[in-house]
Amino acid sequence: MEPRPLGQTIVTVAFFATIGLAVLLDRRPDPAPTDAEHPGFAFTEVSEATGIRFTHRAARFDPKLANVEPHVAAVGAAVSVSDVDGDGWVDLYFSNSRLGEANALFLNRGDGHFEDVAAAAGVALASTPERGASMGSVWGDYDNDGREDLLVYRYGYLELYRNAGGLRFERVTASAGLDRWINSNGAIWVDYDRDGFLDLYVTAYFRPEVNLWAVQSTRIMHDSFEFSSNGGANVLFRNRGDGTFEDVTARMGVGSTRWTLAAAAADFDGNGWPDLYLANDYGPEELFLNQQGRGFVLARAGLESSSKSGMAVALGDIYNRGRLDVFVTNISEKGYLFQNNNLRLNLLDEAGRFENLAEGVVADAGWAWGSQFGDFNNDGFVDLFVANGFISADRDRSYWYDMSKIAGANRHIFEDAANWPPFGNASLSGYERSRVLLNRRGQGWADVAERVGVRDLYDGRAVALADLFNDGSLAVIVANQNQPATVYRGAADPANHWIAFALEGTASNRSAIGAEVIASYGGARQRRVVDGGMGFASQNDRRVHFGLGQAGWVERVEVRWPSGRIQTLAFPRIDRLHRLIEPGS
Amino acid sequence: MAETALSAPGAAPPAPGPRAGGLDPRYLIAFLITVVLVVGQWRYAILGGYERLATALLTCVTAELVLSKLLRGRIANLQSAYISGVSLSLLTKPQGRLLWPFVLGGLLAIGSKYVLRHRGQHLWNPTNLAISLLLLTAPNHVSILSHQWGNDLATNTVIWVFGLAIAARVRVLHVTAAYLAAFFAFAALRTALLGQPLLPELAPLTGPMYQLFIFFMITDPRTTVASKRGRIGVAVLVALVEALIRVAADNHLPLPTAFLAAPPILALAIVGPIAKWLDLHRGVPARPAR
Repeated sequence: MEPRPLGQTIVTVAFFATIGLAVLLDRRPDPAPTDAEHPGFAFTEVSEATGIRFTHRAARFDPKLANVEPHVAAVGAAVSVSDVDGDGWVDLYFSNSRLGEANALFLNRGDGHFEDVAAAAGVALASTPERGASMGSVWGDYDNDGREDLLVYRYGYLELYRNAGGLRFERVTASAGLDRWINSNGAIWVDYDRDGFLDLYVTAYFRPEVNLWAVQSTRIMHDSFEFSSNGGANVLFRNRGDGTFEDVTARMGVGSTRWTLAAAAADFDGNGWPDLYLANDYGPEELFLNQQGRGFVLARAGLESSSKSGMAVALGDIYNRGRLDVFVTNISEKGYLFQNNNLRLNLLDEAGRFENLAEGVVADAGWAWGSQFGDFNNDGFVDLFVANGFISADRDRSYWYDMSKIAGANRHIFEDAANWPPFGNASLSGYERSRVLLNRRGQGWADVAERVGVRDLYDGRAVALADLFNDGSLAVIVANQNQPATVYRGAADPANHWIAFALEGTASNRSAIGAEVIASYGGARQRRVVDGGMGFASQNDRRVHFGLGQAGWVERVEVRWPSGRIQTLAFPRIDRLHRLIEPGS
Repeated sequence: MAETALSAPGAAPPAPGPRAGGLDPRYLIAFLITVVLVVGQWRYAILGGYERLATALLTCVTAELVLSKLLRGRIANLQSAYISGVSLSLLTKPQGRLLWPFVLGGLLAIGSKYVLRHRGQHLWNPTNLAISLLLLTAPNHVSILSHQWGNDLATNTVIWVFGLAIAARVRVLHVTAAYLAAFFAFAALRTALLGQPLLPELAPLTGPMYQLFIFFMITDPRTTVASKRGRIGVAVLVALVEALIRVAADNHLPLPTAFLAAPPILALAIVGPIAKWLDLHRGVPARPAR
C-alpha cells in the first residue's frame, strides 16, 4: 500500500500538537472561580502581637543516625488547645523536642495577649534525657474533676499531668499506669466504652525497643514504602475511673503496627459508638469500627488498597450532609511523586465505604502535614487549612533524587538507616507554602492562601483551630518544625452568622469529648464532633463552631452525648456561644 | 515497552526474537506484562484506579486502529497497542484523578510509531518516548512509578523469574545482562569517585521501574540495532548516559526533574533512536514503507 502523504502530514501535525497540548495542560493556571476572588475572610499573622513567641527545636539523636537525622527528627512541632484555667478563653500548649528545651503553655489573658506560664505550672520541662522528646499533647479531663488534664506523648515515655487547679499540674504518670516508653507521634482521648471516663489511644511510630538516643542497631526504619507494618504497636488504655489506666489493646484489637502518624475518633457508621480512623505512614489508612465497646473490627471501606504516606486525619462535614468526612494528607512532589491527599466522602451507610474525591488543589498540597476543617468565612461550609513542607535547608540541594533511589528498592536495603544516602544539608520538599482551601459551597475547592494572607514558607506540622479571641472567627495556630510558630487571626465576613457550643458532660466524660453536634437550618445539616485530638499532633478548640452564612436562625440543634443521651435545642440564638451541660436522663 | 511484534507498517523484521519453539515471542511479552499487571494490582493496587488502565488501553487501541487504517489502509495487529496501554498505566502516576496524561501518553506512544520513522522503521520505543515526553512537558502533573510493589522479595522474585525466562526465550537476555553489568560497573566507579556507599546506588535495580525497564523497554527488538554486538553496545551506552545523568544529579546540577526522577528512561530515549538511526544507515538499504 502506498503511503498517504496527506494523512501522514495530518498525523505528524497532530503528534506534535499533542506534545504542545501536554505543555499547555501542565502550565495552565487553575481557573480561579469568581468566588475565590472574594473568599469572605482574611488572616493576619499575630504571633508577635499576641505574645505567642515560640520556636520549636528539633530533637538530636544518636550519631549513628546522623545520615538520616533530618528525616527522623523532622517531627515534634505540636500544638493543642484547651481552656486550662476555665476562664472561657482558650489557651495553647506547644511542644519542643530538643532535650532540655521547654514546652510552652500560653495562657490567654482575654485581652488579645498571651503569657507563657508553663514553667510555673510545672509542664515546661517535658523533653529530658530520662524521659525522651516531646512530640505532642492532648487535653482532657480524665478524672472528671472539671479541670483539663494534660497528656504529653514523646519519643520516649508518656507523661500525664493532672490539673490540680490554680494553674498547677502534678505528674501522675506512674500512678496512673501510663509509664510506658512509646515512640509516639500522636494520642487522642476517646471514651470508647462510653463509661463516662476518657480512655486514651496512643499511636506509635518507631518500635518501643528503639531508643533514638542510643540505638542498638540502625535497622530501625520501615520495611516497605507502601505496606509497612513493622512500626511500633498503637496502644489503647482504658480508664478504670479511679485515676488509673489499663492496657486493653489486644483485647480491643487496635494494636496496628503501621507507623501511625495520626488518629481521630468519631462515630463514622452511625451506631452510636466512637470509631478510630488512622493515618499511617508508609501504608494504607485504617478504620477500626467500634463493636459497642466490646472490641473493634478493621473495616474494609475502600481504604486498604490505597497505600500512601498518611500524615494527618481531619474530620469535617464537607457537603452539610450531617456526616463526618475525612481528609488525610500525603506527599506530592512535582515530577517525582503524586501520592495525592485523600478527601474521603463518608458513604458507609449506603455503600459501606468511603469515596475519594480529591483532585487538583485538594489532591496536591505538596508534602502536606497537619490539616483541619473549619468554616473560616462562616458561610456554612467547612474550608481546609493544610500545612506543609518537610525539610527546608539548602535551597540548591534536594534530597528527592536520593530518595528516588531507595524508595523502590528492596526492603532489606532501606530498613537499615545506614544504607540511606546522607542528607547533609539538603532540603526535601522544603519552603512550601501552606494551603487555604476554600469550600466553594460544595461546588469544589479553591486555594486562596495568598489572597487571605497566608504566605509563610515554614515547615508546618501541627495545625489547630480555635476561636482565640471569642469573636466568632476561627484562628489558625501552626506549630512549625524547628521554626517559629505562626498564629493567624481570622476575620470572617461580618455579614455571615455563626453559632458555637461549649459542652460539659455529666453522665458522659466531663470534657464531652466525642459528643457530636448537628445543626439544622434551611435544609442543611452540619455535623461537628467535640475534639479529643485530630489533625497531626494537634487538638482543636473543643467548642464546636458553625458558620451559618446568611441564615438568620437555626431550626434545630441536636447533641448526641457520648453517654447516648440526645439533647435538642430549637431556634437557639445565633452569633453567640452557648454553654450546654448534659441533661439528666 | 518491548513491542516485539509491533504491527508497525513496513518495518523490517526485528533481529532478535524469532519464533521460539513455534510460539510467537510477542505473546510471551504480552503475557509477562499481563502477569505484572495482575500481580501488581492484586497485591498492591498498583494502578491507582481501573479508569487509568481503561483510558490508556482505549486510547492506544483506538489510535492504533485509526492510524493504521488511515495511513496503511489496513487494521494493525493490536498487540503492541495492548502492551503500550498496560505499560503506560503501570508507569504513569499523575496528580489526583487526572486522566489526560493517559490519553496524551497513549497518543504519543502510538503516534510515534507512525510519525518518528526512518527508513520504514520507528526509532523510539513507544512507551519510552511517551513517558519521557510526559515527564519533560508535564512535570507539574505527571510522575513516574517509583514505588508500589511493596518492596518485598516475593514480588521481585516473580518478576525476575518470569522476566529472565522470557528474555531468554525471546533471545534478548544479553541486552538485559549487558545493561545490568554496565549499570553495576558505572555505579561502582561513580561511588568510588564520590566516596559514597555502593548499596544505595544499586538499590534502584530492585525497584519496579527498573524491572519494567530492563525486561520490557531496553530489550525492545523493534527499536534496537540489528547485531547482537551492537545491541550489547547500545545497552552499555544507555547505562553510560544514565551514569552521566546521575553524576550530574550527584553534583546537584540543575537538570529538569524528568532526568532525576527517571534516569534510565531518559537515557534510553536519548541513546536508543540515535543508535537505531545509525544502524539503519549502516549498510542497510532503505526500505519503502508499505
